[in-house]
Amino acid sequence: MEKEKTKLLKLTKSEYLIFLGAVVLPFIFFDSFYIQGLLIFIMMWVMLGNSWNLLAGYTGQVSFGHAAYFGIGAYAAALPYFHYKISPWWGLLYGGLAAVILGYLLGILVFRLRGPYFALGTLATGEILRLVFGEEEWLTNGHNGILYTTTWVSKYPYYFIALALAILSIISVKIVMKSKAGFYFLSIREDEDAAAALGINTKKYKNISMVISTFWAGTAGAFYMIYMGFIDPEVVFALHNISIITILIGIIGGVGTIWGPAIGAVVMVFVQELFRSAIFGLAPHWVSGLHALIFGLLVIIVILYLPGGIMGDWELLTNKFKFSKRAESSS
Amino acid sequence: MDVFLQSLISGLLIGGLYAIIGIGMTLIMGVLKIINLAHGQILMVAMYVTWVLWKYFGIDPYLSIFITIPFIFVFAEGLSKYLLHPLIEKESILPENQVLMTVGIGMVLVELARFIFTSNYRSIQTSYTDKAWHVAGISFHVPLVIAFVIAIFLTVGLYVLLRRTDLGRSIRATAQDKIAATLMGISSAKITILTYGLGSALDAAAGSLLLPVYYLYPDVGPLFTVKAFVITILGGLGSTVGAIAGGLVLGVAETFGATYISSGYRDAVGLVIFLIVLVFFPGGLKRLTKV
Repeated sequence: MEKEKTKLLKLTKSEYLIFLGAVVLPFIFFDSFYIQGLLIFIMMWVMLGNSWNLLAGYTGQVSFGHAAYFGIGAYAAALPYFHYKISPWWGLLYGGLAAVILGYLLGILVFRLRGPYFALGTLATGEILRLVFGEEEWLTNGHNGILYTTTWVSKYPYYFIALALAILSIISVKIVMKSKAGFYFLSIREDEDAAAALGINTKKYKNISMVISTFWAGTAGAFYMIYMGFIDPEVVFALHNISIITILIGIIGGVGTIWGPAIGAVVMVFVQELFRSAIFGLAPHWVSGLHALIFGLLVIIVILYLPGGIMGDWELLTNKFKFSKRAESSS
Repeated sequence: MDVFLQSLISGLLIGGLYAIIGIGMTLIMGVLKIINLAHGQILMVAMYVTWVLWKYFGIDPYLSIFITIPFIFVFAEGLSKYLLHPLIEKESILPENQVLMTVGIGMVLVELARFIFTSNYRSIQTSYTDKAWHVAGISFHVPLVIAFVIAIFLTVGLYVLLRRTDLGRSIRATAQDKIAATLMGISSAKITILTYGLGSALDAAAGSLLLPVYYLYPDVGPLFTVKAFVITILGGLGSTVGAIAGGLVLGVAETFGATYISSGYRDAVGLVIFLIVLVFFPGGLKRLTKV
């Protein structure tokens, strides 16, 4: 049994180094709240990216509505606080749970659809939730949003909580993809009919993928509420700023790779902030208006020239490198 | 009863515009087999072009369709040729690569508009903007009526193009079976690129026609993208007649939703109908009419 477990989770040396680096990172920038804040956002996006990547990249169910689960997680943390003054910190427990329940229910609906129809169906569910949460003011305080005074001023605790969650999300995807379910996910992605013909209960495994995926999206949402201290439907259910950016993170980093979303999140936050700060104030002020535009262009370039994303093609490159090395030594 | 009739008429009038947006989308879907998630953004570009023409050159928005249509046609052809078409041969894990590309294009277009024109709301004031005809207690908003009539002309024009010309036959053949069409001597690559331009050109016309009755801001793009695919799914994929019906149904459903439920739910009504149709009546209205 013990042996089985160690087999499921095997971290390479470089992965330990990355985790270690991530732990040290905020202390390097100890004098800058700004950079620490960015690091926290990177961790949040890693969570969301991983969540999307498991469902879309590994299981082939390209969701365009991850904001639905992110938003429901955020509201699961916020609503008990708003109505009963229960601390939003509990949201870290039930934010993910709420998203899982929603994901399971929506799954009944949207898993009947395939390919582009699935994409559109999920997009619609996200948008419907945004509109409903904006309208039902008795429940959600509508567009006024929900405000919560954050617990700490210091960024360190938030960073380490986010980092822990992000690492857990990466590890969870890693474990799942090493298990039997992971191989079933891949077979569903490659050919759902063939997978069903081989006796895989595709509905069940799509639901399992959905549950894990939505759990992390919901947890990321709950974390967002705790960290930012303010949410409103337009922010947490945003089609563009959450759902689409989540997808683009996956695309840039590499769909269907463990580290893709993490790299995508780093690149996304880095590129956007580089331009938002007008290249650290060196460039003229108008450059700061370009941040999202540059990111969009980057996405187009990646899709055109690196269809596997940075991570996907990076693995290819290293494999080639290894191969040539081996060839050299043997000759 | 008056409220009911009024909502119905307003819904139908706006539905006429939705119909040409939907036809553009359905053309692209039929031939390229992708969901064009930049459709609304291209409409937004057309709206900005119209706005600039009106603001700086004093050209009436309805006349400017003669400029926006060719402009957007060429623009979309470029997008299709250099960004979408090369992806066909590219191997990727997700088959939705082209769809994701349209997402990227849409994002760039919105941000470009935000960069050039800022996020401010814009609208245009013409002599007929606030005019309405009153017939039997029901008011017909003049700009909407004009737009509706032009939309009908465009639809008929497209119908003739698709039915009576060689180009139209090639497009329909490519939509039906790409390989067979290629074997018949049709350059399916050329047709594919051209169709994206054609679909976007219809979209551009809708943009020019919408401007007198709608606010303009960069995020209007995603809003109309959502409407466009709702219409297309409602009507049934690749069906022109279905798209017309879908557009009218969406227009009416939205105005009824706004009148009888709450104006905030205007956009939600369409999405709920969309989900219901998608899940329970796949094939949309096309299945009922068999056209």
